[in-house]
Amino acid sequence: MQPVIAISHLTKTYATGLQALKDVSLEIRDREIFALLGPNGAGKTTLINIVCGIVTSSSGRVHVDGHDIVRDYRFTRSKIGLVPQELTTDTFETVWATVSFSRGLFGRPPGPLHLEKVLRELSLWDRRHDKIRTLSGGMKRRVLIAKALAHEPEILFLDEPTAGVDVELRRDMWALVRALRDAGVTIILTTHYIDEAEEMADRIGVINKGELVVVEEKAALMKKLGKKQLTLHLLEPLTAIPAGLSRWPIRLKNHGSELEYTFEASEERTGIPALLRALSDLGVAYKDLQTRQSSLEDIFLDLVKQ
Amino acid sequence: MNRHAVAAIYKFEMARFRRTLWQSLATPVITTSLYFVVFGAAIGARMGNLEGVPYGAFIVPGLIMLAIFTESLSNASFGIYLPKFTGTIFEVLSAPVSAFELVLAYVGAAATKSVLLGLVILATANLFVPVSIAHPLWMVAFLVLTATTFCLFGFILGIWADGFDQLQFVPMLIITPLTFLGGAFYSIDMLPQGWRTFSLFNPIVYLISGFRWSFYGTEDVPVGVSLAVTGAFFLAFLGIVAWIFKTGYRLKT
Repeated sequence: MQPVIAISHLTKTYATGLQALKDVSLEIRDREIFALLGPNGAGKTTLINIVCGIVTSSSGRVHVDGHDIVRDYRFTRSKIGLVPQELTTDTFETVWATVSFSRGLFGRPPGPLHLEKVLRELSLWDRRHDKIRTLSGGMKRRVLIAKALAHEPEILFLDEPTAGVDVELRRDMWALVRALRDAGVTIILTTHYIDEAEEMADRIGVINKGELVVVEEKAALMKKLGKKQLTLHLLEPLTAIPAGLSRWPIRLKNHGSELEYTFEASEERTGIPALLRALSDLGVAYKDLQTRQSSLEDIFLDLVKQ
Repeated sequence: MNRHAVAAIYKFEMARFRRTLWQSLATPVITTSLYFVVFGAAIGARMGNLEGVPYGAFIVPGLIMLAIFTESLSNASFGIYLPKFTGTIFEVLSAPVSAFELVLAYVGAAATKSVLLGLVILATANLFVPVSIAHPLWMVAFLVLTATTFCLFGFILGIWADGFDQLQFVPMLIITPLTFLGGAFYSIDMLPQGWRTFSLFNPIVYLISGFRWSFYGTEDVPVGVSLAVTGAFFLAFLGIVAWIFKTGYRLKT
């Protein structure tokens, strides 16, 4: 199946000499939610802006639905909607005027029914005659989403869509993103909230210092790169790890009252039964035990630290 | 042709014009009226006729041009600078719109405002002095061409500017002085030979002279030269705009 976006050997070096993207190749599948994670300055926004036509690449090619974004910019841009990171809105316009403007700008004839549907879904219908400057930050964020959806895009870029919004709006947006995907829209989102990616994404890409470090199915990524930890709460604290346990990667915590064993989540043989037997043989008693799987956040931090 | 986009930008810009109607129209009209009070009634009565035209009527084309120059520059520059300043330019840059369509919409809207303003000032002038128009079609042609040319200039200025102060720099410190020295209030034939020759290096002289010719049939320089100079400016600014979009100068990083 042809990818909806195909990015090939993309590089970007700004006039300042900053190399924002280094030979990035990536394919986005039709109707998936793809989360692009990375620390500040990793190149996420540059990558999005190149695909959308806002920034010019230094080299490499991007195809949207099989069309080159430079040569066939009319085709590719009409397919894409972008919700930017910053709250950039026309202060003195009304909500209705600004979404109508966006629809026309992307080459669509007036569509009051579609605009009404979008505004209702985003709880903006009752505020449609209000000037944007009178809206709260969260409502402005909704306006930006409404503008991006005004021309019925097939691909939606959400650049940090929930930055600085309250919990309720975040949940609303997650629901909206899922509904859009169900309606056939491909969604690429960048976020600082790892739990957001963990909650919503089908696939995850991690970008760091302009390089795409990993691209994986979310479940596969968590299995492949995730770690598990077994924590044993000891009856009597230990001052040092007994020599008989040296073959396990173990460390003492909480002044020797806890013993933590870390193992790969993907391994068939965890080594736990043998460890427990060894503890019993050594006379180390425990009152409780628990296991914990590393979160996407742990995996992300490990990847960007490398 | 993305006609929906052109219409959207044009309507958006005209809506801004309507929101600031008082500032956009009333201010230049009041300023022009004051010019007529000072130069037409107070001083003009002592000036007699210039090239067979009463002084009050003689300055009408120059005053219209002065307003057209400054308003075209500020309207067009503000139109493109504001989205740059607020960041909303991202939407225009990511839209399926060609450079030609963008210029058509932004410059078209700014030029419409300027032409409307020119006609309003002409109507205001008629309240103070009797104004006759010898070549109405040429008058409209000069008005539209000059407005469009200076709107292109303003568009370039808006893209170049890094701050609001730079938007004011060209109209206030370059165009207004050149207009005052370019025969807006006098015929350059009234100047001593040396100053007259010097004035011919001022491009504004040609624009005002051509426009005044369309009113009264009198000219400081041949009307064909005026038309050629105006056309040359139009093409030069068009070329710069084309270069801006080709290179992405100050629009794309």
